[in-house]
Amino acid sequence: MRKLDLKGNLFPMAILETQDLHVSVEGKPILNGVELALEEGKVHALMGPNGSGKSTLAFALAGHPDYRITHGRILLAGEDITHLPPDQRAKRGLFLAFQYPPEVEGVKLREFMRLACGDQGHGFCEFQQLYPKAIKHLSMDELADRELNVGFSGGEKKRAELFQAWLLRPKVALLDEPDSGVDVDAFKVIARAIRELAAAGTAVLIITHYPRVLEHVPPARVFVLNEGRITQTGGPELARTIEVEGFKAVQR
Amino acid sequence: MNEKTALKRGLTREVVEEISREKGEPDWMLRLRLRALEIFQRLPMPKFGPDLSEVDLADISYYLRSVEPVASWDELPEEIRKTFDALGLPEAEKEALAGLGAQVDSEVVYRSILKDVRTQGVLFLPMEEAVREHPDLVREHFMRVIPPADNLFAALHGAVWSGGTFVWVPEGVKVEIPLQAYFRMQTQGVGQFEHTLIVAEPGSSVHYIEGCSAPRYTKVVLHSGMVEIVAKEGAHVRFTTIQNWSRNVYNLNNKRAVAHAGARVDWVSGSLGSKVTMLYPTTVLAGPGASTENLGFTFARDGQYLDVGARALHLAPNTSSRLVSRSVIQGDAKAVFRGKVYVAKNARGAKGHVECSTLLLSPQAKTETIPVLDAENDEVELAHEATVGRISKDHLFYLMSRGLTEQEALSLIVNGFVSPILKEIPLEYALELKRLLEISFEGAVG
Repeated sequence: MRKLDLKGNLFPMAILETQDLHVSVEGKPILNGVELALEEGKVHALMGPNGSGKSTLAFALAGHPDYRITHGRILLAGEDITHLPPDQRAKRGLFLAFQYPPEVEGVKLREFMRLACGDQGHGFCEFQQLYPKAIKHLSMDELADRELNVGFSGGEKKRAELFQAWLLRPKVALLDEPDSGVDVDAFKVIARAIRELAAAGTAVLIITHYPRVLEHVPPARVFVLNEGRITQTGGPELARTIEVEGFKAVQR
Repeated sequence: MNEKTALKRGLTREVVEEISREKGEPDWMLRLRLRALEIFQRLPMPKFGPDLSEVDLADISYYLRSVEPVASWDELPEEIRKTFDALGLPEAEKEALAGLGAQVDSEVVYRSILKDVRTQGVLFLPMEEAVREHPDLVREHFMRVIPPADNLFAALHGAVWSGGTFVWVPEGVKVEIPLQAYFRMQTQGVGQFEHTLIVAEPGSSVHYIEGCSAPRYTKVVLHSGMVEIVAKEGAHVRFTTIQNWSRNVYNLNNKRAVAHAGARVDWVSGSLGSKVTMLYPTTVLAGPGASTENLGFTFARDGQYLDVGARALHLAPNTSSRLVSRSVIQGDAKAVFRGKVYVAKNARGAKGHVECSTLLLSPQAKTETIPVLDAENDEVELAHEATVGRISKDHLFYLMSRGLTEQEALSLIVNGFVSPILKEIPLEYALELKRLLEISFEGAVG
């Protein structure tokens, strides 16, 4: 069912939508009815204090088996993906940039991305063409032939995550704290990649508790998550309010 | 098949004499065999490792010439030729090898060597031919690296050895592309006891690869080969084994090298097949500055017991060793790694490093790591690390979140885990091993 805004106009259809999403981890409820809608080609921000459930939402959306959806639905391009395994979600265009990407010994970034591209329906030729381009664009030259995240600095890991998103061109990119551990100059590379993703049509969700990041990537919409619920939704001004006055100012 | 020369089952003095007569051996070799037999008769079974009670030494045929030697692949019986074709041997011979030998049951049936390598003076011969034609060279080293009294299977091997390869590399000659031998146990109930002796003269280098396989029979069968390597001053020998025997084979081997001053010996062992394996490639670092690297990859699946290891014996100053093992264990299999570094009193400045990592793919998989670091002087650097783990759920989720199926993700993780060893294995084998690792992963994630 399409929703109407106050003036009676149709809301643009969300590419990713959650409806009354409840999520438990190890039997403990963390999210209690999250309603979220992300739009194609736009940057969104999910903000909230530590422990509000931001990363839980990211993992639940991406399908981590430890994050159990107890109620509600996730729709990706109108399709119910609530109970799909993570690879099926990825194949349908969902991408999660991890806050703490794991170090996987012996797995080469290149081989990993070759498999991922193949699974997501990009041809081998396309990969051959795109890979070096993406490497260059995200200044990944020194990391391109290394083992996946092994020995990467915090900033390098973040850059590698964005590199993957940039290469895979997802419909929806969830970016969990894309700035943590990244210095200002390095973040400029990441910020540019995020803007480019959005410009190419990806719905971007930046998850952060640090509003200043959003100066580099202005969000069209800001959601505030608190105690497992979206408690505020607004435009970029909401991020500025949080930056000046802190989360207390926006908590009910 | 053409006429076969087989001996009756069991091991007696008559059997040993008959093997020797069949091969037209010189007297010294017969005497060596008979001495080994005597030693065999008074040695006990190994007192550690897997249960060997199923191996009935009285019920094995110790010699079978099932296929006559030929000069070209086309002349081989069809069944054997098809097997070798499927293994890609004729192709590898053309493209990537300096020489190739192929053994079926007890005898080498095919051998070739590149003209360039032959004109460098390199010898690459079936062991029997070397015994007849180069007796002085062979006699100086044959079962001197591993004497028959070393253990029961060394003694048994000494009595009944048959087939295998002799390699001799003249001083300063570097054989740039590998020599390869392939061993096939074809006939039910026949043991295989090939003997490989590599002598690298000062400053020379050679890479030798051996592969093995057998059709599967219900009855257990014994493979007890021996590899002896002598690396003289400054020589470099690399010895790669890819063992993929069928699951009825008891694979109980002796492999040992002596590295003289400044020499280097590298062992690369992939252990995948057999029902039971006992294999502990050893390097004796006999001269100052000698070094060894011993890389092992073990993949044990349902019903297998692979007891492997690596040993470095530092007998001279400034010697170094690096023993690295990666094991992957599936189903109810068991894999054991015994890493031993011994440093003698005079071997000052010795460095030894033992590293063993195990990945368990099922709750029933069993493993043991048994490191022994034994130094008789204080001026040494010895290090040991061991890890045992299962596939991390978070790693799996991470890879799947990019669209890889569970199977692809697991396979990538396992391949990544063994990659430090896999990358040391010649490409054509590495690809084969990668394929073998694409397996069922039920219950693999911890």
